Amino acid sequence: MARFRGRGMASVNYPIGMNLGGDPSQALIHSNPDGKFTVALSAIDLGQGMKQVTRQVAAETLGVPVEDVYVDTADSDTGPHDMGSFASRGTHRMGNAVIAAAREARGVLLEAAAEELEVNAADLVTDGKGNIHVKGAPSRAITVRATAQAAQFKQGKTIAGRGIFLIPLSSVDPETGEMNPNTAFAHACLVADVEVDDETGEVAVLGMSSAYELGRVINPKMVEQQLVGGAWMGISHALYETPEPYYPNPDHGPRDFNEYLMPGPGDIAPYSITILERPAPDGPFGGKGPGEMCANPVLPAIANAVYNAIGVRVNDLPITPEKILRGLRANGGVKPQPRRGGAL
Amino acid sequence: MAKVPVQFRLNGSDRAAFADPADNLLTVLRRGLNDFGPKYGCGQGTCGTCSVLIDGELRLACLTLAASCEGASIETVSGMADGPSLHPLQNAFMEHFAAQCGFCTPGMLTAAKALLDRNPNPGREDVIDAIAGNICRCTGYEPIIQAILAAARTLPAQRRS
Repeated sequence: MARFRGRGMASVNYPIGMNLGGDPSQALIHSNPDGKFTVALSAIDLGQGMKQVTRQVAAETLGVPVEDVYVDTADSDTGPHDMGSFASRGTHRMGNAVIAAAREARGVLLEAAAEELEVNAADLVTDGKGNIHVKGAPSRAITVRATAQAAQFKQGKTIAGRGIFLIPLSSVDPETGEMNPNTAFAHACLVADVEVDDETGEVAVLGMSSAYELGRVINPKMVEQQLVGGAWMGISHALYETPEPYYPNPDHGPRDFNEYLMPGPGDIAPYSITILERPAPDGPFGGKGPGEMCANPVLPAIANAVYNAIGVRVNDLPITPEKILRGLRANGGVKPQPRRGGAL
Repeated sequence: MAKVPVQFRLNGSDRAAFADPADNLLTVLRRGLNDFGPKYGCGQGTCGTCSVLIDGELRLACLTLAASCEGASIETVSGMADGPSLHPLQNAFMEHFAAQCGFCTPGMLTAAKALLDRNPNPGREDVIDAIAGNICRCTGYEPIIQAILAAARTLPAQRRS
């Protein structure tokens, strides 16, 4: 009876969003009398950081401080329709919709400022600190706040913008079956080291390393946060979690957190991440977004590492001690596989 | 069933509510006293997001009868900040990105406070042990562990001696 170590890897080409009829997102932006902006989305931030990312994208495009942008999400009464938060589409789709809306709002903002300064709007620039001035002449300036007030109370203008991002539906070529279901792909490769106990069938993840190519990283700390959390979820799905352990037989399914297994803070593995940035041509500032692929490569990498350690190929998740032990029995014992890439 | 009065100190203020004898503390805090800091997660003591401190001890509000808290001093996450000044744990949670959806955060902060109150110099294993009763779906725990360790380092030196 012993413990066997193994290493597995997996790589993923991950499509951002989907293309079932265009997969549109929409955004509306308007200014308030204090010169701050409200972005209305009906998409929801479930904790991924979409609210912060769209706030940064809106502020950058409008040319105002990020503190002066408020993002109102998750209200389908007041926000324009959105397909939703799924398929890792938040940064890419909603970010693009927000850029479109912010560009239109910025156009009206500069027109209103131009009227106050009696100059041509095309000659105006923003300093990102709440001021608008004539290019090359910073003294000929007006604040965004004064512009918003002049537009509303004097000029009778609404500083607002509408944005939508829609990828035209790609139909299937009847001759070849070819279609273009997506425009942006993110990429990752992940290596997992595990230790398998051939007596108990338990698998421990010793450590993981990954490289993620996510387009432009719009908020580096939040990308790291999502990758760390998603990797834990990947471990959990690979080894622990299932609502139906004997599917399609519904017996022995968990009824609560006492029976639904999730690894706790004592079960996490050291994880090192390298972020690569290859900006997407059609992404907001080149962003794609990490999304679901934080977890995806962890599962096959762990399954491969288990096979590498003991020669048992488990084809359905999670890889429970029972499946390991049944596999060992069917194989007639442990059969470690050849390993490349150095010692574990 | 007739409601019974229950009085206790909540985050430093005397509070009173009428509760069913079978009401748990979480119900009385949230519905009776409008303290929405502790969250209702599983309702059976397995997720930890309803955690509160009762007379300094870490307790699950969903498994505590409100009537049993008569005369007790209860601290919830709502009382952690001192006016506009956040508790070192709250600052550390922000700096280390220790929250994503935020639903476990009240329980994590409360469990961490209970740890630092009794052990201002925790090691990594102490922190893991302290939050072992709190489930988090999003963060993978590592940022939470880092935040609690960082908060401990910011405590005044005399508390760490």
